[in-house]
Order: sequence, then structure tokens, then C-alpha cells
Amino acid sequence: MTITTRPGPATPVSPAAPSPVRLPRAGELARGHARGAPLRREGPAKLTGTALYADDLVFPGAWYGATLRSTEPHARLLGIERDADFDWSRVVVVTAEDIPGDNVVSLIIDDQPILVPVGGEIRHQAEPVALLAAADRDTLREAKARLRLRTEPLAPVFDPLVSSQVFAHFDMGKGDIAAGFAAADLVVEGTYRVGHTEQLYIENQAMIAVPREDGGMTVTGSLQCPYYVHKALKRALALDSERAVVIQAETGGGFGGKEEYPSLLAVHAALLAQRIGRPVRMIYGRHEDIAATTKRHPAIVTHRTGVTREGRIVAQEIDLVLDGGAYCTLSPVVLSRATIHAGGPYDVANVRITSRAVATNTPPNGAFRGFGAPQAEFAAEMQVNRVAEALGISPLELRRRNIYREGGVTPTQQVLRESVAAQEVLERAAEAAEFERIRERTARERAARTASARTARGIGLALGWHGAGFTGSGEERMGSVASVELTAEGAIRILAASTEMGQGTKTIFPQLVADELGVPYDAVEIAPQDTSIVPDSGPTVASRTAMVVGGLIIKAARRLRAQVEERTGRPFAESYLHDAQTWGGTREDERFEPYPGVHFDDETYTGDAYPAFGWACAVAEVEVDLDTGEVAVRSVVSADDVGRVIHPVLAEGQVEGGTLQAVGYATIEEIKLHDGRYLNDRLQTYLIPTAVDAPRIDAILVEAPFSGAPHGAKGVGELPMDVGAPAVVAAIHDATGVWIHDLPASPERILAALDGHEPPGPPGISA
Amino acid sequence: MSYELRVNGVEFEVAAPGMRRLLDVLREDLGLSGTKEGCGEGECGACTVLLDGEPVVSCLVPLCQADGHAVRTVEGLATAGPQGPVLSPLQAAFLEAGGAQCGICTPGMLMSAEAFLASGADPTEEAIREAIAGNLCRCTGYTKIVEAIELAALGRGADTAPGA
Ligand code: FES
Ligand code: FES
Repeated sequence: MTITTRPGPATPVSPAAPSPVRLPRAGELARGHARGAPLRREGPAKLTGTALYADDLVFPGAWYGATLRSTEPHARLLGIERDADFDWSRVVVVTAEDIPGDNVVSLIIDDQPILVPVGGEIRHQAEPVALLAAADRDTLREAKARLRLRTEPLAPVFDPLVSSQVFAHFDMGKGDIAAGFAAADLVVEGTYRVGHTEQLYIENQAMIAVPREDGGMTVTGSLQCPYYVHKALKRALALDSERAVVIQAETGGGFGGKEEYPSLLAVHAALLAQRIGRPVRMIYGRHEDIAATTKRHPAIVTHRTGVTREGRIVAQEIDLVLDGGAYCTLSPVVLSRATIHAGGPYDVANVRITSRAVATNTPPNGAFRGFGAPQAEFAAEMQVNRVAEALGISPLELRRRNIYREGGVTPTQQVLRESVAAQEVLERAAEAAEFERIRERTARERAARTASARTARGIGLALGWHGAGFTGSGEERMGSVASVELTAEGAIRILAASTEMGQGTKTIFPQLVADELGVPYDAVEIAPQDTSIVPDSGPTVASRTAMVVGGLIIKAARRLRAQVEERTGRPFAESYLHDAQTWGGTREDERFEPYPGVHFDDETYTGDAYPAFGWACAVAEVEVDLDTGEVAVRSVVSADDVGRVIHPVLAEGQVEGGTLQAVGYATIEEIKLHDGRYLNDRLQTYLIPTAVDAPRIDAILVEAPFSGAPHGAKGVGELPMDVGAPAVVAAIHDATGVWIHDLPASPERILAALDGHEPPGPPGISA
Repeated sequence: MSYELRVNGVEFEVAAPGMRRLLDVLREDLGLSGTKEGCGEGECGACTVLLDGEPVVSCLVPLCQADGHAVRTVEGLATAGPQGPVLSPLQAAFLEAGGAQCGICTPGMLMSAEAFLASGADPTEEAIREAIAGNLCRCTGYTKIVEAIELAALGRGADTAPGA
């Protein structure tokens, strides 16, 4: 292929830093700030197309990689056969035998192979069996079609309720459940089911592996957790820490979907690159991305709730089953969060929650915004709304009578000593949405509705809580490190492995450090997320970045400031350049220390499951088409307590984006399965909300600071995901009088409920 | 075969198969990797560019169809200034309103918005949402994107901006 250009040659793409971009001149629309807060740090690069995502990076001489996958949900692999008529010299094939290190994707337990070995067990339809690479895509495609798997089928298991393989289980509670039910005037029971959903980041999974001169490997790609990938890479390729290097490229969304899967993809790319001795690009297309990567765990949640006539919930008995898919991945941790959150934000004296995560022959399920809590809280809020209906009490009033307040005790016996904002978010959202007034109106409309009515309007409310940061002693075990340095050249630099994937890490970190040091925002740099440069600050998950890692860099900055001020006797801002010239560089590393007074006992699973909780309330208004069963979500008000707002525009952006994902979860997003395979594994068939489907979203930020973090922040990313779906389903009920127990509340489910027919099959189960 | 196209005001002659996707020509042959691929089947809008001013999904446009036409991509929005590129008012509005989060939908979103602004249509919320209905964004919930386009359409400065 030749390209000639006039007047000059096409500019080659280079990963060099983009030239600085300026805002328009005064008068041309330039505030130069985002409502008083700094502009997104990497915003100009993203807006001009110069930000480099993995697929934008050019590595001369790179080959293309592909994955050969199983096509059966459960089988024994007997052999991998190559078509003898094909010229295999143009292609490289890697199988399990070629793995220099351990054939496991390092995570919680070592059950998932990088590639299924001959003689081994295939446990899901998209399981990687062999890897191929070629210099061009056509050869690669042809070669892949010339490989055949010889297998012996085994019986698959698809129903989590019959699966006998348990990855994890919990049994927790407080009080006396029998006495609680004995004191109840009314008992309400219900079973709620949710299926698989896809994170659907718009940038597909992508990794490029480049062999290093020292015999090691550098992998650059789209990822949330550089050190998870680093650990997996070292183990699979048998490399030491220095020769395995992981670099985050600009990342086009994650939502949990780039927490664990990138480890597998990075290892795949690295195995091929090591074998060929050249760079290998593994860039998934949308179809492969949906078919093979992790989904939100399907769940089956059964509730039994005892309540007094006055509306006091006195007993909650809950059983929760998560479908983990074929391998353990993060299921035990997802399960523990789901279990702890299963009762919802209510102070109930007598509680018993049992739960388990089990294996089925579908691709492994994994992290997705909320991490088990949205499933559990959907069921909890459905139940509370149904209890309110049964008692004839307003859902708002019933919540007022049962919510956690300071001093409340959770099912893990955690005493909520501070930062409890359940009431505040509840009242703020209800007031802003005029919940009671509109509810009266929709009730009148319902009463006056005739058989010829075509549409129905409704309003619904849901309340939620979300434990901030890792569960239990996770943070203590991780011992994350983050640093702030003053370089010998006088630059102030943050070193942390926390990644930017749109949520704003690269903006809020410099903001926090600039505030602490008393210097302008632009004076603080942030080092690239490259494991050869930054320390292990833990994964970018669990909404922990602002609270935990943000806290570390503030403390590091504080120490840096003290040192410089002690040496110079002048305020940091005035003296740091001089200090650097005189004394050279100073670097402060800060390691996580447990928050004072926060204890958790892993043995008994009791104590402070989280250092603090965030609180959220959503009020949704819907219009249901009574002929088609289609739901239009008109508006959502979401009040979210984030501890402290660091950047109002970014924080609102998190609430708005999370709310729309929750609306999609409630109304349209559903993976359908056949024989353990996802049927709608394309964007034509897996639908997410468009700008036209999206409701007006009104984000209200509430601040109930957490005293253990120097800046009071508790995190924001996951909160809105917990409350949107039950609010929408409550609104559908308010409009139509029918309860939809399974997500999504699709037209089929709504029409079946309106007509009194059997609902379509439960979500998440393979036909 | 060789095809001629004008990309962001520069004439190119590209020798490539006529059925090669315009998206690949831009990204791989011309090195303009600002245009993104999210699905390759016309569903996500990440690859949106303007063809003679009209938004098209470049993953579904073969090179031969662009022959002799003008293509505008995200790289063509900012203008050259004495100290480097200056963001267009639309880009600046996205930056200030928070319309770009992960940024992967942003190039396509900007091109759809640019076409909408150029059409001179009344920038009601509904019209803006219609104009970007083919561009999926998973991060923002669209609220701040709509706000940014409104802001750019009104050509307003800071103090009259929504939420200011
Ligand atoms: S890549 Fe062209 S529409 Fe998605
Ligand atoms: S900003 Fe991430 S997809 Fe739109």
C-alpha cells in the first residue's frame, strides 16, 4: 500500500506527548475551569484525538494475535489438530505446553488455566485453548479456521441452584431470627432474580506485548489494575519483577470489566510475543469481547421479612445465590459484598443471611460496578417496597422508620459510629423529586384509568448503602503504597498505580496534592501508570481511589511539605524550587495504615466490614406503554453521599453515568444464553441506553465526611448503581400495579405480568 | 486502485482496495487515530466522521465511497494557533462541562455534535439528544454531553452557562 499526500507526507502516529492544547481566547467561550474546579487533566488530549488508547499505539513490526476458543460448555480436550494443507510456517501457534511458568491466571485461587492443556477440562464455551499470531490479519484468520479441537463432551451444569461446586459461602446475622418473626404482625416473602449484564465499556479489551532486551516483557494496554496484570505476567512467563513491566494506555472505560480479564489477555499477548520475539497486538473486536469476557454475576435472592403493623421491620431472613460461572475469579469477594449489603440500609434487630457462589459452565463472571451490591440491593429494595404496599404505608415513610442512624449495628456487628447519611439522602432525593406529591397524582391517575388507557405514569424510590473501599481486612492485607516526590529539577510528582479510566484520577490527585502543598493545580504532575515507575497502590476498584489512595498521597504530600519547610524555614510554595536546587530530590512513600478504631475479624466475619459507608437514594419517574410493555424512564433524581466532594463536575458525572447504567440494568440489558453461550453477543443485540432513551438525571451530592480519611472522601463510582434499578421497578409498579421480580423489566415481562400470564424464563439461565 | 480524498483540508491520494473501511484508512494509512472503533458494525458511533459535512460511521463506509469527497475528523476541529492548537468552542464546552470521561466516545460524539451545530437547528434538549442518538456513551449518562452541546450552541461564556 502506498500513500502519497499533497502538500506533505502523512504524519506518522507516534506515542510522543501531544503538543499542548489551549482553550479558545477570552470571549470565545472560555471559563478555563469546570464550575470553579480544574479542567480534566487529560481532557484536551481526549478532545483533540491525540490521547493514545492501546489500539492507537504503533509498534513497527508487530504481529496480530488471536485466540482459539472452545465451542462447547463442558468437555475434555483430547487434541488440537492442524490442517496439513495449510502453510503453518507463516503463523505461530502457542498451546499450554509452551507456557514457561505456571498455567494459571493468578487471582484468588489457581483454578483458571491460561490455556486448556490437552487432557484438561474445558469448562465454558469461550475458553481459550490455543493462541495464534501472524504478520497480517488475513493469514491469521485463515490459520485460525484451520485449527480443530478434538474433544469428548461432558455434562454441563447451567442452573446455579443445582450446582454442587461452591466457590464460597457465608452465614451471618444478629439477634434471634425466630423471636423476630414471632414478634411480626406480617411476613412478606419474595424471590428476585437478575441475570448477566455486560460492562460495555466502548473501548474493547486490548493489549500489546513487546519483548524487552533483558529477556523480559513489557505489556501496554487497556486496564484498571497494573499490578494485577504484573503479578499474572511474572507468574506465567516466570519473570522477576523488574523484567515484567505493565503500562496502562489511555483506557476507554472499565466499570470493573478491566479488573481481572486484562491479566489473561496480557499473558496471552506476552506468550505470543515471547515466542516470536516481536511485538504482538491483541485487540478484541466487540463480538469476542462480549462473548468471552466477564459479566455481572446473575443472582437469585430470596427474602422473608417480618414487620410490625407500625412498620418496624423486626426480622429479615435472606438467602442469596450467585452464579460465578466456570472459574472462581473474584466470586468470593463479590459474594461477601453482596451478603453484607443484602439487608439494605435498615437497622433490623434480627437478621440471618446465608449465601453461596457456585460454579456453572458459562464464562466466569466478575467485577462490574457495584460488585454484588446492586444484585443484593435490588432484591432488598423490592422487598421493602412490597412490605410498604402490604402495610399501606408510604415507601418513604416506611424507610424513615427503619433506616440506619448513627449507632446502628449491621449484620456483621459493625457499629456505625459516624458518617451515616441514610436519612439525608432519602429526604433530599424525595424532596427534590416531589415524591409524595407525584405519588398522590399517579395514584389518582391509576384510580381513574380506564381499559382504553394506552400509557401509565409512575414514580418509585429506592435507598442504598455501599461500603467504601475493600471489604474487611482487604486493605490491610494489600498494604498499598503511593508517593509524592519533589524532583531534583523542582517538579512535584505523584506516583501511584491508580488508573484513569474516565472517572477522574488524573484530575483529583493533583487537586488533592496541590491543596495540601499550597501550590497551583498545574504545578503538580502525575507519573504514568507504569509498574517500572509507580509503586503498587492496589487496584483501581471498589471506589477506593479517592478515599484510600487519595488519603495516602495527601499524607505523603503533608510529609514532603513539612520536610521542605523545616529545611527552608519558609512556606512550601515559596521555597520548594530552592529546596530542590539545594538538596536535590525528596520522595515520600506512604503505606496504608489501618484506619483508627476499624477492626474486622476474618475468622468470625464480624466487625467493621468497611471503614465507612456511602449512602444513596434514587427516585425515578417512568411512563409505561400498556400496549407494548415498553418503559420510558423520564427522570431520575439521585442523591449520593460521597463523604466529601473533591470535584463537583466529575463527581456528578459519576452519579449520572452510574444512574444510566442502573436504568439499563432495570429496563433493557439482558444476556440471553443457549447451551452456555451468550446469544446476544454483539452491539446489535445487546442494547444499552442511547441519549434518547436516557432520562433527565439530576445528581445531588451529599457530604457526610469520613473522619479516617484526611479529606473525608468515601468514593462515588458504585453508589448510584445500587439504587437506580429498584427505583425504576418501583415506578413501574406505581404505574401499573404489577411487580416485576426479575431484571430486566423488559416488555415481555411487563406484558406477561399485566396479562396475568407466566413470566418468561428467569434471567441468567441457559436454555 | 488509488483514491483521492480531502481529509481535514489536506488532499490525500490513497492506494488501497476500494472496499477497505474508511476507518482503517484514516487510522492506519493516514495515521489519524483520533477516530475510534467500538463495534465495527455501525452500532456505537465511536467511528463517526463527517463526509461532506454529514455524519457517517466510518466503519461502514468503504474507501471507494469517499473518493473525491471531503472527510472531517476529530483532528480537524481544533485550529492552529501561534502556540499550538486552540480548542474549538465545542471542544472547550465539552472540557468545561465534563462531557468527556473516558473519552473513547468523544471523537465520534464531537463530530455528530459539530454537524448538529453546523445545521443551525434549534438547540433544544430533544434535538440535541436526537442528534447524538447514534453515539453510545457508557460513562456520562449523556447529561453533561447534552449540556456541553447546548453551551456551544448558545455560544455563551462562563457566567450564563447552565449550572454556573
Ligand atoms: S465502530 Fe463504527 S459504529 Fe461502532
Ligand atoms: S466518555 Fe466514556 S464512553 Fe463516553
